[in-house]
Amino acid sequence: MNYGIAFRTLVAKEVHRFFRIWPQTLLPPAITTALYFLIFGKLIGGRIGSVNGASYIDYIVPGIILMSVISHSYANVVSSFYSTKFQRHIEELLVAPVPNWVILGGYVAGGIVRGLAVGIVVALIALIFAVINVHNAAICLAIALLTATLFSLAGFINAVFAESFDDISIIPNFILTPLSYLGGVFFSVDMLDGVWRTIAMGNPILYMVNAFRYGMIGVTDVDIALAFEMTGGFIVLLTGFSLYLLRKGVGIKN
Amino acid sequence: MNALSLSNLRKTYNNGFEALKGIDLDVEAGDFFALLGPNGAGKSTAIGIISSLINATSGSVSIFGHDLRRDRDRAKNCIGLVPQEVNFNQFETVESILLNQAGYYGVPRKLALQRTEKCLRQMDLWDKRDTVSRRLSGGMKRRVMIARAMVHDPKLLILDEPTAGVDIEIRRSMWNLMREVNAQGTTIILTTHYLEEAESLCRNIAIIDQGRIVEHSDMKSLLARLNVDHFLLDLEAPIAAAPLIDGVQIERASDRVLNVGVPKAIGLNQLFSRLSEEGIKVISLRNKSNRLEQLFLDLIEANAPGEER
Repeated sequence: MNYGIAFRTLVAKEVHRFFRIWPQTLLPPAITTALYFLIFGKLIGGRIGSVNGASYIDYIVPGIILMSVISHSYANVVSSFYSTKFQRHIEELLVAPVPNWVILGGYVAGGIVRGLAVGIVVALIALIFAVINVHNAAICLAIALLTATLFSLAGFINAVFAESFDDISIIPNFILTPLSYLGGVFFSVDMLDGVWRTIAMGNPILYMVNAFRYGMIGVTDVDIALAFEMTGGFIVLLTGFSLYLLRKGVGIKN
Repeated sequence: MNALSLSNLRKTYNNGFEALKGIDLDVEAGDFFALLGPNGAGKSTAIGIISSLINATSGSVSIFGHDLRRDRDRAKNCIGLVPQEVNFNQFETVESILLNQAGYYGVPRKLALQRTEKCLRQMDLWDKRDTVSRRLSGGMKRRVMIARAMVHDPKLLILDEPTAGVDIEIRRSMWNLMREVNAQGTTIILTTHYLEEAESLCRNIAIIDQGRIVEHSDMKSLLARLNVDHFLLDLEAPIAAAPLIDGVQIERASDRVLNVGVPKAIGLNQLFSRLSEEGIKVISLRNKSNRLEQLFLDLIEANAPGEER
């Protein structure tokens, strides 16, 4: 059995899906982030000065790019897999000899491609407002790829448990967005004191944002190795859990 | 060789409902097989397990000799499923639905394109290949699902009420199509509520009720067991009361219509002679229900719980 064909089919379908609806998937982040860069970067940032030796707009660009990667890789998988369940065309995959790891891999790969595509769009918009001199491209690419993988997996798990369209918006609105904003996108964790600093240090997104920022401008608040280990560890954990859910048929089989 | 073998198949849902109570069933390769039963009898559960959409509680499923648990890929490769309800992505084109399904079965792109064209032409859908599927009529959507089920060239095609809700013309054309597919060597298992459909198409039959197989035989011998035929007789002149004829059940349905149950031992000639003697002239005769329907009802009634018999 050639699982490669099934995998490529699934990934191509997923990528085609979000490119087909690009006004909903690629255009909004371009507009939103352009406003972030204009308002927080240029208008307000000009009065803030520098953070950890970087101008404020240079400081926030990496965080905003990675925040877009996080939200769009998550959104792609949660909406696509939930729609697949809702419209019941998940049955096309369940009837066919497609192993669970191919189903998971196909959806996650679709999420990664969308996350990175949006990241590239946002980076291009950032070029209008800031000069980007990449400090370490390999670290940038690696952490962006791992982050997109992790949040695609998280989106998949959300979709497996979701029973209504409300269920796929609760986590992005009430957990993911607050964690992203508190993940050091707009500020350095050194600006926080006491309990707030402790809480912030418990936020995994802080490590990913800082690792990506280090790759872009060479500035970080955390240990880069720890950021990679943490992201990799979560990926292993969520992959195992996703495969367990698929094997049990949770949310998709009776 | 058996296309399908079910052995002691059981399914108990999480809410405790026992949908299948240990069914055994064999379907021969090349057969056109009817799986009938009233709503909630366990047909859809059985089909769901065979096509991997539902996990069985216990028992085994073998498809062309491949055990569905131990030899999963080969078993699944043999099956094409046409479900009851539309379950394809309504935002995709007809052609991409088939190409994707072929891809899931590992069919290389070039071959997938050839098979997609063949299946769409066979279903008279080739002109609609670039149409977004939600724009298709109900009958066309059903044909898309049949084409999709056949795109990987399965040896066993399972049709779960494929003609439900389609008009008579489309239904007839789908019957011809199913006969053609079966004649080409594909085993077909059909579930339907149109018993006329099963009688017309299928050679063998199983009836499932309350999670058990209550009948499993060939269609001819099953129909031969029916010893009373039911007819509606249209009369030339109105009558005030139903005539009394020994051995024949007669009810007056209206002034000019009699509802009769004629045992095979008596036959229509004898009935008409007796009616003639009573001065009743029959101008036409209609089947009250199809023969299989009558048998189906008899079997289901016989399987009903004791206090309701």
